[in-house]
Amino acid sequence: MDVIIESLPQYWDGFLRTLFLAVVSGIIALIFGTLLAAARVSPIAALRGFSMAYVEIVRNTPLTIAFFFAAVVLPRLGVTFQQFEVAAIIALSAYTSAFIAEAVRSGVNSVPIGQAEAARSIGMKFSQVLSLIILPQALRTVIPPLINILIALVKNSSVAGAFYVLELFGYGKQLANEHGDAVMSVLIGVAFFYLLITVPLGYLATVVERKVAIAR
Amino acid sequence: MTSVLYDVPGPKARRISLIGSIIGVIVIAAIVVLAIMTLARQGIFEGQRWAIFGQADVWSLILNGVGATLSAAAVAAVIAFPLGLLLCLMRISDVAWIRIPTRIVLEFLRGMPVVLMMLFVLLVFATSSFVAVVAGLVLYNSAIFAEIIRAGIQSLPKGQREAGLAIGLTSFQSRLTIELPQAIRRMLPSLVAQLVVLLKDTSLGYIVAYGELLRAVQVMADFLGPQFLFPVFFVAAAIYIAINLAVSRLAIWIERRGSKKAAGGMAHVPVAGTVPAK
Repeated sequence: MDVIIESLPQYWDGFLRTLFLAVVSGIIALIFGTLLAAARVSPIAALRGFSMAYVEIVRNTPLTIAFFFAAVVLPRLGVTFQQFEVAAIIALSAYTSAFIAEAVRSGVNSVPIGQAEAARSIGMKFSQVLSLIILPQALRTVIPPLINILIALVKNSSVAGAFYVLELFGYGKQLANEHGDAVMSVLIGVAFFYLLITVPLGYLATVVERKVAIAR
Repeated sequence: MTSVLYDVPGPKARRISLIGSIIGVIVIAAIVVLAIMTLARQGIFEGQRWAIFGQADVWSLILNGVGATLSAAAVAAVIAFPLGLLLCLMRISDVAWIRIPTRIVLEFLRGMPVVLMMLFVLLVFATSSFVAVVAGLVLYNSAIFAEIIRAGIQSLPKGQREAGLAIGLTSFQSRLTIELPQAIRRMLPSLVAQLVVLLKDTSLGYIVAYGELLRAVQVMADFLGPQFLFPVFFVAAAIYIAINLAVSRLAIWIERRGSKKAAGGMAHVPVAGTVPAK
């Protein structure tokens, strides 16, 4: 226990960096993922194809490979980052946006056909149908799965700790090396800080699920 | 292709769409060409960098990595599935002192990064990295399997359980002989999709120094020299993606086949899970 109290500053620093990674990559992924979902249902074939290929490939790529590419392979190819956080954010948001695109698309499919038909019959064009009628309803139904994706994102950010970013997991590894006799308490401390983010988010997902469940 | 989201395109819209497509293709092609030119300037396409794939040693290292990846995934899946079943039965048990602690444990396991569990097993129990990887995967995925099967049981019509109880089965017998078989069958696509996640997560073994495919890439790059990093990485990533794509296709195939055959149909779950669990 003493180890945890002693190293609270490190834990706190790591906790904040984990939050930072998750929030920034989460926002980028939400925007990019929604755009990908919009491209997937658009009338332009090239956009559809691109979105489909991106989602299919990225969902089947292990996150560690994405991180390895961003943090180890890219610098060798001359793309260097001032900070490894940038590589981590690129890997995390590229990975997560594929899952967000898939969730939003399933939300678009869940909106009753009549909604789009009504919108078209009053003369709206595709971009209006999507942004004014379909997406607001779709996003509402996919909030619980989106929260689950964000929970996964928080947990996934731990991979950054293995690629030179000192977030919770990175500090955990470091502290475990320094305190060889108290490895267990060190790692339980790390686990506690992760649960501090993931458990409330999970609870939020359940509550929202009950609230937004609209009877159709 | 027609969609309810837009009118069937007329000649003008088709022209605009075609122009849009051409511009899109040109932009993507430009990015690809730019990337290839950047790579070429680094000398990536020099023949000797790729010539290493003519050597048997390189392939044996890669195949070792693939074998290590697949064996960790297979062992973990074989242990995690029965454990998941057990956890599911405990989670929905009628006995509160079994149900509530199980719920807390499941909540805990699901909220934890897999790589942290691997590191925990590796350092605290001083096991080999193989055991650490398998243990991390088993702990996490058995919790997910339990939740998937529980969702399957809850999606069954109430009458199934009531009928079971009415003909005098005990609660446990009804779960085991009536509800579980239907639930597993219903959730088969999600269960296979979770296997993709499990397979992907073996790559976390890289972090705890397990000799899987990505670790093999690192070892080769250290051994042969940094100029070979990109070719080896490229081949390894392609192998990973090919294996995962194959399993994803299997999940889709099972879902299609199942929805034709099964009377109640299958629960539709997007392949690879809407939840990118890890």
